[in-house]
Amino acid sequence: MIDWSLVIFTFVKVVVVFACVMLCVAYLTWIERKVIGHIQIRVGPMYAGWHGLLQPIADGIKLFFKEDIIPRNANKFLFILAPTLSIIPALMTFAVIPFGDYTTFFGLLKNPEPMRIAELNVGILYIFALAGLGSYGVVFGGWSANNKYALMGALRGSAQMISYELALTLSVIGVIMISGSLNLVEIVNAQKNVWNVVYQPVAFIMYLICGIAELNRTPFDMPEAESELVAGFHADYSSMKFAMFFMAEYANMITVASLATTLFLGGWHGPFLPPLVWFMIKVFILIFFFIWVRATYPRVRFDQLMKLGWKVMVPIALANIFVTGLVMMLLN
Amino acid sequence: MIKPLVKGLWITLKYFFSKPITVHYPEEKVGSFPRYRGLHIIGRKPDGSIKCVACGLCEAICPAKAIKIEIGELEDGMRYPKTYILDGWRCIFCGLCQEVCPVNAIVLTPQYENAAYKKEELILDRDTLLKRGDEVKI
Repeated sequence: MIDWSLVIFTFVKVVVVFACVMLCVAYLTWIERKVIGHIQIRVGPMYAGWHGLLQPIADGIKLFFKEDIIPRNANKFLFILAPTLSIIPALMTFAVIPFGDYTTFFGLLKNPEPMRIAELNVGILYIFALAGLGSYGVVFGGWSANNKYALMGALRGSAQMISYELALTLSVIGVIMISGSLNLVEIVNAQKNVWNVVYQPVAFIMYLICGIAELNRTPFDMPEAESELVAGFHADYSSMKFAMFFMAEYANMITVASLATTLFLGGWHGPFLPPLVWFMIKVFILIFFFIWVRATYPRVRFDQLMKLGWKVMVPIALANIFVTGLVMMLLN
Repeated sequence: MIKPLVKGLWITLKYFFSKPITVHYPEEKVGSFPRYRGLHIIGRKPDGSIKCVACGLCEAICPAKAIKIEIGELEDGMRYPKTYILDGWRCIFCGLCQEVCPVNAIVLTPQYENAAYKKEELILDRDTLLKRGDEVKI
């Protein structure tokens, strides 16, 4: 017997989360342009709507009506597959992120409904697996275009993502050791009194650095590297295919920020305000940080990037796990 | 290594909270400086007739060959420009015509918004230049 209320609730939640994420993705472009503009003492978009608020919609319409070009020598199948392959994992990660605790929607529902689509007991593994899958989009996109710049971008992208994914995953292990669970909801519940960032400050900083590298954002945007590789892996993409790469990048930005919130900043916990608001505040502070970093630092050289990844990040992450284990053993 | 990174973040944060220096151009204008050399005018004498005596010096000195004059003569022997065509597209705004003019008839204005949709809009004849002289403030 199928529990229809569960199906309907899940469906509604999927639609709502999808719509919210797409809206956030669209308006993140606006936020990014505004923040970077103000950091450079400019104003950013101003003319489409009040303070440029309709700019993302205008951009979207423009990208929809652009000519969709597929290069003659491109591998057509992979060329079309690549943007899809980068956006779908980016959106799928939102299935396990806990946005809040149980809610009754101001007493509208009889039984409190959890504010998450699915409660997976291997939530973190699921997210990292999808993040790993997302890097195929970059690799295929760069390779299939049959363009040397795109290929260079894809090569760099794959190398960077493999090396930083390792450090990213290792930096999270400390948190998993403390909370003793891979379930994101249980990790958040374990932080009710003290956030994990207090126990794991090194891991938090490492997570942010590796997260930025994983997102391919400045200062680690080697796969794009406008000044050297034209636009890197998406040099030959146009129209909505190009937009999908960008939507994936911004969706990944929200994922990394919400995962950092969940793992280190206590998720939805916070005084006075409702859980969802606390979650959003924390996520947007982290997203602001990512944009702020982008506006501040220049791009690192590729060999320096690899050196940082393998010779600094991975050893520190391993040392962090060791110290965490040692302290836990001594305290218990 | 950490200190300069934090310093950089601090500087950008400081600028984030400072007031933007953007001038919203079509709504706000900076204006031009008094000695800016923009599109020309031709002045009038106190009695309202054209100042220009059609000596042809501006036509001769113009490095871009933007000025074409046809000379006319009144009954009392005064010369005046029958046609005076200034091609605003050819003009390089060097100001030599103003410098060479013996009667200060042709003057460059500080007006800097000289874009036009059609080429013809910037080919100025005698009457247009005179009218501009009445309208544009120097």
